Order: sequence, then C-alpha cells, then structure tokens
Amino acid sequence: MCTVCGCGAGETRLEGEGLEPHDHPHVHADGTVHSHPHDHGADHSHGHAAAAEPPAAHEHVHRHADGTVHSHAHVHAGEHRHPHDEAGGHAHPTAIAGDLDYGAGPARAHAPGMSQSRMVRIEADILDKNNAYAAANRRWLDARGIFALNLVSSPGSGKTTLLCKTIEAMKDKVAIAVVEGDQQTSNDAERIRATGVPALQINTGKGCHLDAHMVGHALERLGPAEESLFLIENVGNLVCPAAFDLGEHHKVAILSVTEGEDKPLKYPDMFQAADVMLLNKCDLLPYLDFDADLAEENARRVNPDLAVFRVSATTGEGMAAWLRWVAAGLEAQRSRRSDTVDALKRRIAELEAQLGQAGGPR
Amino acid sequence: MHEMSLAEGVLQLVEATARRENARRVKTVVLEIGRLSSVEPEALAFCFEAVTHGSLAQGAALEIVAVPGQGWCLPCGATVAMAALWGACPRCGSHQVQPTGGTEMRVKEIEIE
Repeated sequence: MCTVCGCGAGETRLEGEGLEPHDHPHVHADGTVHSHPHDHGADHSHGHAAAAEPPAAHEHVHRHADGTVHSHAHVHAGEHRHPHDEAGGHAHPTAIAGDLDYGAGPARAHAPGMSQSRMVRIEADILDKNNAYAAANRRWLDARGIFALNLVSSPGSGKTTLLCKTIEAMKDKVAIAVVEGDQQTSNDAERIRATGVPALQINTGKGCHLDAHMVGHALERLGPAEESLFLIENVGNLVCPAAFDLGEHHKVAILSVTEGEDKPLKYPDMFQAADVMLLNKCDLLPYLDFDADLAEENARRVNPDLAVFRVSATTGEGMAAWLRWVAAGLEAQRSRRSDTVDALKRRIAELEAQLGQAGGPR
Repeated sequence: MHEMSLAEGVLQLVEATARRENARRVKTVVLEIGRLSSVEPEALAFCFEAVTHGSLAQGAALEIVAVPGQGWCLPCGATVAMAALWGACPRCGSHQVQPTGGTEMRVKEIEIE
C-alpha cells in the first residue's frame, strides 16, 4: 500500500460492477451473444520531446545490499565512477557538464561473455499507459464536439453542490452527462441524477484518483450526446488526481473559503495542473478570517495563468461568470469541431473534383 | 502521492521488456524522476519493493536518477534553476517561472540476465 495516500489498484467498480479483469458481451450478426476477457494493453506509439539541455549534475538514491538507502550528487562525465573511501563517504568527479548517459555505467562496461547480464533501454514515461488512454478519450470527445471538465478538490469543498447548481442552470441549453468518482457509495451520482441528467458512479475502492481507463469505460456506458457538456467529479483528493490526465479539456480546482489560504502552496501540483480555480462558499467570507485576495495570490504564484472565479454555489453569488466561462468553452469546442468537419468536406470535394478530372468526361 | 499506482506502472513496463528479451530475472531498474514531478522517491522505492514481490523483478535494485528542476523565467527571459513548482526565480524573485525541466517520471533502462 502507498505510504502516502493508501492507494491500491484492482478494486475499481463502475456502479457496483468490477472493472478489471472484465469481459465484454458481444452480439454477432446471427444473434449469438458471447463474451470473452480482453486486454487493454493496446500498442501505441508516441513522440518524445528531446530534453532541452542535459542536466549537468544530478543525484542518485541507492539501496545497498544491507538495505541502507542514501543519495548523493554526481556527474556523468563519460565514465561513471563511485570511489568510496574508508570512512564510508563518497568521492566524485567535480562538476563537468555531461549527458545523462547510463550507457557509460558499469553494467555497460561488461565485455560480452564476461557476464550474462545486460542493459536494456526502455525510455518510457511511467504514465504512458494512462496518457494513451487519455489521448484516446480526448480524440473521442473532440470528434463529437463534447466539452469535458475534470473537477478536483479536497473532500468537502462543495464540488457536488457546485455541480448540481451548474447543471440546473445549464441543462435546458445543453445536454449534460456526469461521472462521479468516490472510494465508496453512489450517493453523489444519486444527487446528480436528482437534477435530471444521467450520472455514472465509479467507486475506486482503495484507489485515490480516477484514471483515463476508468473514464473511457464511463464514456462507453454513458454515451454522452454530441456537442454536450461532460463533467467528471474526481475523488476528493488534492494530491493524486493532479498527475492523471483523463482526457478532459480543463482541470477545475475548487477551493472553499473554509480551508486555508495557503492550500495552493501546500498542494501546488493540483493548482499547477488546473486551468481554473473556483473559490467556493464565498457567502461565508463575512464570518471567517479568510483572506480571499491572499488565496488568489498564492494560487497565481503556483500557476500565473490560472483563471479564478469567486462563487457561492449555495447563494448563486458569482456563478454567472463561471457559467459564462463554461458556455464559452462549449462554443469553442463546437466551432472547432465544425471547422474540422468543414475542412474534411472541402477535402472530399477537392478529391472528388480530382477524381472527376482523372476519370475524364463521364 | 499515488506511488503505488506508479510503482505498478513501472513494473508493467519492466515486465513487458524483460519478457520480450527472454530475461530470467531483472537485476536493476533505473528510473529518472524530476525534482518537480509529483513523486516522492523514498515512497516509490518502498512501493516498488512491494509490487515486484513474486515477479521477474523481485529483489531488483532500484536506482533513481533525480533530475534537477528548471524553469523559464518570463521577466529574466532566461532558463533558471527551480527548487519547487511554486518557487521564485533565483535571479529576480518573480514567480512567473514556467517549469521546463525536472517534471519527468520515466523508466530509463533495466539490467537483465
């Protein structure tokens, strides 16, 4: 189990049903139905950006045979040496800019035939698998002109109330579907369904965040309408969901004024990953010793591009500006899609014209 | 944070490569973890040992290469060293610094036999 957050895998449930491993029932043309387990480890390729500049010096954490762990800075200047002196200290070559090249390490120096062991390069991002699912989700959403938001916050910041109020204000103008992530219970999905829009609960079990694979399954189940609004309420956790792209267009972080102004500094990853911050429960400001300007300033220190809205989901104060932002995002997503469709139509017309010319008069 | 999920991600990449190379066991796993990434190397090392138990990588040594943080400071118009995501520019003190390096979490290579 994770020493920090207690996160574990394999207990995800979509509305009470297990997710992994799983079968999909198939209906064939002749009407027979069968199901078989399958694997989602689809092959994919991805580009890697070259590192801008190779870091000159860096540190290694080492675990020794006796179990002690330590780290020390050193530089790769071609040969990788770790002289150790008798006092247990380390001596290292002084800083010379060099490539981060493990190929020069001791294992590579083994001559063929001297040892059975060899180094194999992997060079893959740990989150590649999640990122591939996220990219697939985003393609799927973009192809349908759907605008997706991933709402993240600590537990109790008022995410679900804010969602309900947003839905009530917008549901007559746009189709909305919601995914609710919680460790246990389907209480939140039931609250959303009471507003009249479809909602799917994902229970992550011991998991501390939603991942792109879970959301892909939720998209399959919910089948959101074209040019609709797709809202994901992540597990209440200001740490882990920051690292997991779900395929959404924006992460929206919610901070309530009953928390501390320094939360953006304490949990910078989340406020860095978000594009929008909603400062919620602003109706309580007169009763609290909370400096809203300081909270905004702290958030912008972590993320200078952050858009901030001060709202109260309960009284409706400040909600209009937030709703306008959502409506603008929906409109941009629709026009992007119609641009794509128009471009495709133009291309088809061009190709048809070419085909007509190549085929001569008909 | 979520080091358990990340350790499982590492193991998946390592096992897939080790099987493809017909390895009998994995001796060393080398990761590259940026200072500005959301990973705590000590927690990741702890989780790695737990998830590799009973796998090809059981008992493998874990080497974590820590990549220093780098950012682009808008007021200075220069690449500067960054100690934390919310850190100020060491030259001008501005917080308008966009992280450009040290956010990676990568499996670099493995030693197999």
